[in-house]
Amino acid sequence: MSRARKVREFFIEKLILASGLASVVFVVLILIFLLREAVSVLKTVSLGAFLGGRFWYPISDPARLGILPLILGSLAVTLGAVVLAVPLGIAAAFYIAEVAPRRLRGLLKSCVEILAAIPSVVLGFLGITILVPFLKNFLGLPTGLTALAGSIMLAFMALPTIISISEDAINAVPREYKEGALALGATHWQTLHRVIIHGALPGVIAAAMLGIGRVFGETMAVMMVTGNAAAIPHGLLEPVRTLTATIAAEMGEAAQGSPHYFALFGIGVVLFVISFLINLTADLFLARSRKR
Amino acid sequence: MKNEAAKEKIGFGALLVATLVIVVPVILIVGLIIARGFGALSWEFLFTMPRDGMKAGGIFPAIVGTFILVVTSIAFALPIGVMAAVYLHEYARENLLTRIINLAIINLAGVSSVVFGLFGFSLFVIFLKFGVSITAGALTLGIMTLPVIITTTREALRAVPQSYREVSFSLGASRWQTVRHAVLPFATPGILTGAILSVGRVAGETAPILFTVAAFYLPRLPHSLGDQVMALPYHLYITTTQIPNVPEGYRYGTALVLVGLVLIVNVAAVILRSKMRHRK
Repeated sequence: MSRARKVREFFIEKLILASGLASVVFVVLILIFLLREAVSVLKTVSLGAFLGGRFWYPISDPARLGILPLILGSLAVTLGAVVLAVPLGIAAAFYIAEVAPRRLRGLLKSCVEILAAIPSVVLGFLGITILVPFLKNFLGLPTGLTALAGSIMLAFMALPTIISISEDAINAVPREYKEGALALGATHWQTLHRVIIHGALPGVIAAAMLGIGRVFGETMAVMMVTGNAAAIPHGLLEPVRTLTATIAAEMGEAAQGSPHYFALFGIGVVLFVISFLINLTADLFLARSRKR
Repeated sequence: MKNEAAKEKIGFGALLVATLVIVVPVILIVGLIIARGFGALSWEFLFTMPRDGMKAGGIFPAIVGTFILVVTSIAFALPIGVMAAVYLHEYARENLLTRIINLAIINLAGVSSVVFGLFGFSLFVIFLKFGVSITAGALTLGIMTLPVIITTTREALRAVPQSYREVSFSLGASRWQTVRHAVLPFATPGILTGAILSVGRVAGETAPILFTVAAFYLPRLPHSLGDQVMALPYHLYITTTQIPNVPEGYRYGTALVLVGLVLIVNVAAVILRSKMRHRK
């Protein structure tokens, strides 16, 4: 090999290595640049008062920067979405992977892919123009902008993740399990809910976790339909404000360098840490499901 | 036995109902956007500037802005993403470093889009002094879409038969020569699929551009990468929540243009992928 070529290859391979490391660098950069601003909030409030404070009045004087209502808002909306989306998604994954006739399967999968592709702001727009007035009239509420509306929107946004990953897990169950059960005289249904589900379980749990991660971090749709009241929620039929919506809605107004501004970065750190934990757990389950 | 057959019927019936509860709304959503948005589409709507506080006129600058953001962010993310996948699949061994990289990719894919927005603001807009600009927005969106490109490129590399590499090595080719001539050409459709999918993702995202590039109202086209732009998703957001009395047709029209763009792009990706499978 000529010398020039060797030198060129050397540089290309270093570039490839650098790109390989880029993801790590970006994750570290995200954490650094969130923390850089976020630590300053601790000059105004203690960590305990920030995470556990019951009042979020960022522009009153003095500002009260407790994010407990926002954390509970996010939890309420997420919980509602999970209750709706996890059973539905897993059931649909079983139907698509095991029951649906071949032709229908392709069609159903395309529908799920379309749902995954619809931008969240479009779902938020439909939520505010159709779902919110419907909930208001149907349930006789003073406003349809509620945690419930957010949960329904988010359930839809989590479904594609839950369905496609569960489906992979179901398809990865060894054929012998299924054939063995059928050979022993079990019906297809018995095979499904007594045999296949056990083989697919780690993958299905991972699917649910990733769905939860998606829901927790979702911003636009949830901001548009939940009413954004920063108070501790007592149920799903009230307006709530999530962590994500708070950042998106207030970042434009917060004066740079103010406690409010730093607090929004603090919320960013909280979101980053939570999504990190969720994704890490999901990955452990996925690794386990692949090992089988 | 009869009892079991009945149970099976009920069980499968329940699964079908669950599937329909998901699929029917999807069809309704797309149908509704097309039905209500189609009437708003016109030459004026697509190719003129907004007027009257965005209650009339067109959405041309938002379409152009989204197009620019897509092109610039993919131009940034595609080379890095493809090379990262090449590293992971063709060079790296199974060791701690690889595990850390994989974890970082998973984490990058899971971070909330609004957190990307904060990060982009803090690093690009403030620290690197790019200001609220196309550069800042494109870099933020590019980093966000990296995991999509890396994952799909990796799948494409995985699908290239091992024998291609072995033949190339046995002819005395170096690792890079093998990657360049015996692997990448066969992975191109898969890599393109990844690029196309991230186009859809980038075009639809709102939260990362909120504080990095999006302009509320800017009835002219950008002159440089230092300019702000309007963008379709942000435009839909503000005409829905910030400005009262925007005609509904105008909103549905914007939604249709955005959804149409994203869906066309996704269909293209699906076609490309199925072609790739046929070739194998």
